[in-house]
Amino acid sequence: MRVRKTFRFALGALTRHGLRTGLSLLGVTIGVAAVIVLTALTDGARSYVVEQFSSLGTNLVVVLPGRTETTGFPGVPSIPNDLTIADAEAIALLPAVKRAAPVAMGTETVSFGERSRQVAIIGTTADYALARQVEIARGEFLPRGDADRGAPVCVLGHVAARELFPGENPVGRVVRVGGWRMRVLGVLSRQGTKIGLNLDETIYVPVATGMQMLNRSSLFRILVEAQAYADLATARESIRRLVTERHGEEDVTVITQDAVLSTFSAILNTLTIVLAAIAAISLTVAGIGIMNVMLVSVSERTREIGLLRAVGVHRSQVMAVFLAEAALLSAAGALLGLLAGYLLVRLMVGLFPALPAAPPPWAVAAAFGMAVLVGVVFGLLPARRATRLDPVAALAGR
Amino acid sequence: MIELAEVSRTFLVGDRPVYALREITETFAEGEHVAIMGASGSGKSTLLNLIGCLDRPTSGTYRLDGRSVGDLSQSELTQVRRHKIGFVFQSFHLIPRLTAAENVELPMIFGDIPRRERRERVSAALAAVGLAERATHLPDQLSGGERQRAALARSTVMGPSILLADEPTGNLDSASGRVVLDLLDRMHGDGLTVIVVTHDAKVAQRAERIVVLFDGKVVERAAGGRIADVMAVLAAADEGPEEG
Repeated sequence: MRVRKTFRFALGALTRHGLRTGLSLLGVTIGVAAVIVLTALTDGARSYVVEQFSSLGTNLVVVLPGRTETTGFPGVPSIPNDLTIADAEAIALLPAVKRAAPVAMGTETVSFGERSRQVAIIGTTADYALARQVEIARGEFLPRGDADRGAPVCVLGHVAARELFPGENPVGRVVRVGGWRMRVLGVLSRQGTKIGLNLDETIYVPVATGMQMLNRSSLFRILVEAQAYADLATARESIRRLVTERHGEEDVTVITQDAVLSTFSAILNTLTIVLAAIAAISLTVAGIGIMNVMLVSVSERTREIGLLRAVGVHRSQVMAVFLAEAALLSAAGALLGLLAGYLLVRLMVGLFPALPAAPPPWAVAAAFGMAVLVGVVFGLLPARRATRLDPVAALAGR
Repeated sequence: MIELAEVSRTFLVGDRPVYALREITETFAEGEHVAIMGASGSGKSTLLNLIGCLDRPTSGTYRLDGRSVGDLSQSELTQVRRHKIGFVFQSFHLIPRLTAAENVELPMIFGDIPRRERRERVSAALAAVGLAERATHLPDQLSGGERQRAALARSTVMGPSILLADEPTGNLDSASGRVVLDLLDRMHGDGLTVIVVTHDAKVAQRAERIVVLFDGKVVERAAGGRIADVMAVLAAADEGPEEG
């Protein structure tokens, strides 16, 4: 018997019981849609994280005060040394390092006339704009010069400028930041939120000014750009050695951008696999649903099976008919599940445009393949039952 | 040629053996029209199932066209049913979701007959039973007589040499029954071996020969014209003491 004829005969049997067929499809549809949505979500989360980190700049190394590893002896507290502007300047001179921007951070109230607003303050140098690839919309970024000198100047984020100077050009105007009067040097173009910080609501000031204003003795971090991607490891190691030498102990954490990314990637990979496995369990449950429906079908169609055997249909052909029914059920359910999954993903992207969710191709192929496989495997028992029926008893409906 | 030699068929009901057929020796010649009669439970349908290769004897030998059926594999039995034997059942056994034409086509769908030939054969078979105009109707849109005629068309579409009919008029009114019997007569006239299991004297008297079963044994053989004698035998058997 040709495959096409088997499938056509099986299709006829399925369409006879539309509601029952539809309900048994539903399980597979939900399972496949779950695989598509969950993998799209985790893949979207991965893309989001990668995009966020990439937008920070390229070939970045971040120096943080304090160590992530446990140090010291019991009873002997270990207090990390301050991370200073001088450290940043020393790091900038390393051969593997292209530039190093010290960063101090805090919050402060900024006001102009009657308008005031709580904003994030980033104290840094001109190198920050280069390392972070920040674009200037108007005026200029912080000037080059002695980082230890705290000039009373600032650069406004996009939203901060718009809120304080609606419809006006803030460049050259004087704003009040905390107790400081500062001249606006420039306005950044729209940056958006990156790693939880809305850069459009941030004000940039010279690092010495920032530390004084925020009453900080240590930098928040030092942002370092390596000469090239290949220099990242060298830069990381030479920075660690330099700071250890300067501080007399290893009291900073040096992380590279790609190390952070690969950690996130590994976490999200695991999450994807776990979620896909959970969705696969729902597919297995759907398979049991198909088996149930097929068993009912075999039981209802006992006389039909008897007739098929009487008119000379082989056992293997009867089995093929029931396996084809199971395969059609699961394939149709899987196709509907793919469609439903895609629609749900599109809906989510519509609701949360920042999340670049899209089902990975492997998940689409795996969900469809597994759904059909599950259908056929769970269709085996009913199909075997059909082939084992005694023709005489089956004709009598027993 | 159908040759049964001391054929018995025993079923186990729980631990107890039930003797459905006991040492039946009978020959059905090619092209013969035979009626098998007997009371309910006499073994008529069991005998028909054995002849139709749906079942195998517990003991004895059944030779079909010289081949011992007992030696055939399940697959070979299926082939025999497909090519040599046509079945007609009391309850028609049409598949409700298929049209009359599709029901007739059924034995060929699972064979390797090209589509064009299948269509030609279906048209010819439906025309032969007077259902050419009803080809696209579903079974529940057909009368009882029409359903049985569709079943007759299905039973002959593979060109069998033997037609086995189990109470073919049992569910039909007398007019529809006559039409079906006329068709059976015509098929017999075309050379088919026709074996009919029946309770009905009107059906049996059309046969050339009547075989009467009682408790799994052949108790009478008579020509079709001697239906009155057969009915007397059956009546006597009904009233007589039952065996063990």
